[in-house]
Amino acid sequence: MAKIKLSEKKIQELKDVCKTFHNDKGELINILHKAQSLFGYLPAELQEVIAKELNVSVAHVYGVVTFYSFFTMQPKGKHPVSICLGTACYVRGSEKVLEEFKRQLNIQVGQTTADGKFSLSCLRCVGACGLAPVVLVGEKVYGRVAPDGVSDIIAEYNI
Amino acid sequence: MARQIRIALRNCGVIDPERIEDYIARDGYMALAKVLTELSPEAVIEIIKKSGLRGRGGGGFPAGMKWEITRKVQADQKYVVCNADEGDPGAFMDRSILEGDPHAVLEAMTINGYCTGASKGLIYIRAEYPLAVERLKTAMSQSRETGLLGNDILGTGFNFDIDIRYGAGAFVCGEETALIHSMEGLRGEPTVKPPFPSVEGYLKKPTNVNNVETFANVPVIINKGWEWFSSIGTERSKGTKVFALAGKINNVGLVEVPMGTTLREVIYEIGGGIQGGKEFKAAQTGGPSGGCLTKKHLDTPIDYDNLIAAGSMMGSGGLIVMDEDDCMVAIAKFYLGFTVEESCGKCSPCRIGNKRLFELLEKITQGNGTMEDIDKLRNLSTVIKDTSLCGLGQSSPNPVLSTIENFMEEYHEHVKDKKCRSKVCKSLMQYLVVPEKCIGCTLCARNCPVNAISGERKQAHLIDQEKCIKCGACMEKCKFNAIIIN
Ligand SMILES: Cc1cc2nc3c(=O)[nH]c(=O)nc-3n(C[C@H](O)[C@H](O)[C@H](O)COP(=O)(O)O)c2cc1C
Ligand code: SF4
Ligand code: SF4
Ligand code: SF4
Ligand code: FES
Repeated sequence: MAKIKLSEKKIQELKDVCKTFHNDKGELINILHKAQSLFGYLPAELQEVIAKELNVSVAHVYGVVTFYSFFTMQPKGKHPVSICLGTACYVRGSEKVLEEFKRQLNIQVGQTTADGKFSLSCLRCVGACGLAPVVLVGEKVYGRVAPDGVSDIIAEYNI
Repeated sequence: MARQIRIALRNCGVIDPERIEDYIARDGYMALAKVLTELSPEAVIEIIKKSGLRGRGGGGFPAGMKWEITRKVQADQKYVVCNADEGDPGAFMDRSILEGDPHAVLEAMTINGYCTGASKGLIYIRAEYPLAVERLKTAMSQSRETGLLGNDILGTGFNFDIDIRYGAGAFVCGEETALIHSMEGLRGEPTVKPPFPSVEGYLKKPTNVNNVETFANVPVIINKGWEWFSSIGTERSKGTKVFALAGKINNVGLVEVPMGTTLREVIYEIGGGIQGGKEFKAAQTGGPSGGCLTKKHLDTPIDYDNLIAAGSMMGSGGLIVMDEDDCMVAIAKFYLGFTVEESCGKCSPCRIGNKRLFELLEKITQGNGTMEDIDKLRNLSTVIKDTSLCGLGQSSPNPVLSTIENFMEEYHEHVKDKKCRSKVCKSLMQYLVVPEKCIGCTLCARNCPVNAISGERKQAHLIDQEKCIKCGACMEKCKFNAIIIN
């Protein structure tokens, strides 16, 4: 795991998060949610701090982080693109949309573009199946996306 | 004309979910008041039992019986859990209820706490549903202010409060034992039942786990009586079921129909038929744990037992409609891909077996399958079902078995004729230029990403099958319909 140096200030912020959850190890998932929304991702160093605060092993924290797909140890792009591959979206052609994003951004799923602008991931059903196929950029939902609409979506963020 | 009856969805889209007054104006919290002031816990459980309400989260376990079991276990602390994980891809009933009528779930959980002897409720909700979380939080603070949640509810001395716990993107956490581990801050791995959560659940205390939609039915049953509720539906499946219609159907969205409504009524009368006037091929219920219903099931009344008899299951209510353009082998592979990704890996039949199933299906869709592989799929499926630890593995081969059972001819075509009739399996397709139709405009060649098309201007073009990656761009571009799929 690559090391990045967390500043004292960040470490304090993280400790405060743990404290709002009473350093309770039963709240680990809530703490990780909060930490990820603060830092964007959960690098090893951050997990070490949390482990220490909650008095559990780093392996325990790592085990939980890697179990849940929502948690990531890689920094995401400025505009994380997620393509729904849930059933409704699949039968309405989301695979083709994914291929088009891969082609145009020139990255694979799980990667981030060199300029750090876009990252690509898949998810399973965001509960907007009526709009299938669904693409999310950050929190914004795009419905009924066709492969030839992909360049327009990318262009919106490429300024 | 098939009827829709709205019980679970009674308030969705009707009230402002952020105003408790709106909920109360539609008999909200009347059931709770009646329960706390007029009825004993046993009497309420009896009403739920007699109503015939069964769990809407997939299993269909009788709700009243679960409440009774939880009540009878002696413990200093008990918990009520609302399962709002809704992981079945293609289903969004629970989300709609939580967003459109959050108080109904809070009211029912409080009633459940009164019946089972729990003073604390927990809602386990997917992190992907931020709006539902917001609505729940608003609703909870409103009901606390109004004295409908917290200490001494409605001045009766009954205490009950609710907290929210978040999922983090793991399908298996919808399984109740995994869900409980996840709420404890652990990896969401299932454990063997028994002990059932009703006996030993969250923090080892008796825990009554019910689904969102199950809870949403409860206040209405109390208000209108079990006789009314049990008059709707079929003999062993009472009330209504909410389905999320999706896929190749004209009217996508939620419908709530009495149990026993037929698939034909749902698809053609309520759902407006198949998109583009195409032919219905199958409907998948039960998501990755379920199977497909076909033309021969169109007139079967939908209820828990009939769906199981048809090789599928109710599941949480996702109903994905497929037409002639969907390849059933590819669909089975799609679901297995899902299972392989979501298997928690704790037990080997599921972790390794499903991977092998996936590989066999991949082999078939790539045109390398043999008839023996189809037998292998069948046998392995049975082993996985029989030996997996939790419901995920026990049901994951269902899409394979059900497509083999209903669409054997498609498997045969892939294996023997190396053909995919729905033109989905890329390895089995060839893009060809029809020389008679091609005028040699060169448009296709200019659009092919891998330069697989050659030909002189004004002469018929040719696709190099070795180079072609089957992206379909050429066919889309050709204005003369000169490119076809073989
Ligand atoms: C793999 C798997 C996933 C499940 N996912 C859900 C789910 O998303 N929502 C749900 O309510 N029940 C789900 N269940 C069923 C629960 O284990 C449990 O039976 C249910 O929450 C009980 O509530 P009910 O009786 O009201 O349906 C799942 C079960 C399995 C095996
Ligand atoms: S059946 Fe699958 S999901 Fe369930 S415990 Fe075994 S490996 Fe985990
Ligand atoms: S686009 Fe059509 S007509 Fe033009 S060269 Fe290609 S196949 Fe021929
Ligand atoms: S399908 Fe794609 S790769 Fe194949 S010839 Fe047509 S444009 Fe080229
Ligand atoms: S399957 Fe894509 S939003 Fe539900």
